[in-house]
Amino acid sequence: MVLAAAGWMTVLILALIMIMLFVEGLPIFTVTNPFSFLFTSQWYPVSDPPVFGILSFIIGSLMITATALVIAIPVGIGAAAFLAEIAPPPVREAIKPIIELLSGLPSIVLGFVGFLLLAPAIQRIFNLDSGLNGLTAGIMLAFMCLPTIVSISEDALSAIPREYKEASLALGATRWQTIFRVLIPAARPGIVASVMLGMGRAIGETMTVLMISGGRLAIPSFITDPMSAMTGRIAIEINNAVFGGLQYQALFAIGIVLFLITFAINLVADLVLEKQRRRYA
Amino acid sequence: MRKSRILGGVALLLSVSLLLAACGTPASTSPTAPSPTASSPSPSQEGGTIVVKGSDTMVNLASAWAEDYMAGHSNVKITVSGGGSGIGIAALLNKTTDICNNSRPLKQEELDNAKANGINPVSTIVAKDGVAIVVNPGNPINELSLEQLAAIFGGKITNWKELGGQDAEIVVLSRDNNSGTHVFFKEHVVQLKDKKAEYGTNVQFLPTSQGIADEVARNPKAIGYYGLGYLSSQQKALAVKSATGLAVLPSSATVLDNSYPVSRPLFCTTNGQPSGALQDYLAWILGPKGQEIVKSLDFVPIQ
Repeated sequence: MVLAAAGWMTVLILALIMIMLFVEGLPIFTVTNPFSFLFTSQWYPVSDPPVFGILSFIIGSLMITATALVIAIPVGIGAAAFLAEIAPPPVREAIKPIIELLSGLPSIVLGFVGFLLLAPAIQRIFNLDSGLNGLTAGIMLAFMCLPTIVSISEDALSAIPREYKEASLALGATRWQTIFRVLIPAARPGIVASVMLGMGRAIGETMTVLMISGGRLAIPSFITDPMSAMTGRIAIEINNAVFGGLQYQALFAIGIVLFLITFAINLVADLVLEKQRRRYA
Repeated sequence: MRKSRILGGVALLLSVSLLLAACGTPASTSPTAPSPTASSPSPSQEGGTIVVKGSDTMVNLASAWAEDYMAGHSNVKITVSGGGSGIGIAALLNKTTDICNNSRPLKQEELDNAKANGINPVSTIVAKDGVAIVVNPGNPINELSLEQLAAIFGGKITNWKELGGQDAEIVVLSRDNNSGTHVFFKEHVVQLKDKKAEYGTNVQFLPTSQGIADEVARNPKAIGYYGLGYLSSQQKALAVKSATGLAVLPSSATVLDNSYPVSRPLFCTTNGQPSGALQDYLAWILGPKGQEIVKSLDFVPIQ
């Protein structure tokens, strides 16, 4: 009974948050039509008349998230496979907590480190005008996704019945082939779930991208361009937006877009997991 | 079964949102109700807490004032936070701060909102500030005119060679729109000739003045702006040529005698005329000790 109440409480809270998002954000569409909000890139919320177009931020967020995942997925799954299959138990017991520690780092600390150390390095290596760009932000975000992906993928790999590994080795496969052709595909539901969680973390990350993604309003062409993300935009402007005013509503509307993207990611993850479950049932 | 569950969920989402849009309040620019998240008790005659919020330009100054004042008045506690003039003004309107530090005057929209909320903003000039335009010390350029600055920050001039410098892209840095300095610079420099001009789409908006200082110090192509208080040996301040034709470097002296063209007053804004402990504090800020601190932090005293 108590557990049911707790479960419904969670649903209720989520529903209320969702309702608040929509109530505060939807009114902006009486002033700006949704098409120009989503597909134009002029963002002047405090000018007279104000203009609201968030295409640059959507593209910025997607580019930074994609970069983070391109780095974090191979490294993360590789690390998970190493921890689950290859590392001797003392090494595994030592490394796992350290990776968990990485996930506890506050995002502003990573933003700070990115600003002071990574940005000048990226600028030098790629001979760019500015080190504050999507690539720097993407790399720091990869650090944030990594613990999630490693941890959950490692659990998924460890949960595979030993018979799979033993059968594969008995059939003459090498360790490498066993890991990449048998174990990782078998652990796919867990790995996909970990990637989706990592993606959710990356797309919702605020402080780090605010500090190091560059803050440019133009639509970015390359990952090495300075850009802005939706989350950073909300964070920097929400505190000085007049309560209930147009800028306030527009920022909540950005929140709605973020919510819908995360919702879609979770939906896709759920579908993949369901398909996988059915296949192995 | 699976497909219908997804369709059901999406349909629910859509219908909820349509329902809310239909009965939601129409867009309005004035707040429906003030949102007091946590109002601190107003300072009484005996002492209490003074909450100060607002300008990032003034945050170091405000902290120095607060520390010195609290050292001499043990019954008063002062908390200071920054974030930008916009944040301070919004807090004043929401009654979540006693004093708002602002490096720009309130806009008409904010004054209207204040009246609608029953707030009477009273601004006191507490110091003056010059906005220094800074470049990397390795940059060969030493002076620029207001027109050239308007073109750079408006995104019209994009290469240093157009100004007589190296052949390199200009990395233009600015504060974001929560900053009073951002608004002041836009109105007085970017919109010099065209009142509708905006910052260029290539301009990079950084969240803090310190971030601008750090990036200018290490990036030879960068140009940025911030208050005099952030100047250091790691950046080079440009001399600005105004309509008079004279190129003037920013300093306390040139701000006081109005020869530096990019200067502005800094305000502390309260709800109504300050009284009690607030009045004592503001009087102290305007007095010799407060203004001494202004000078020591490279701002400009009011006389």
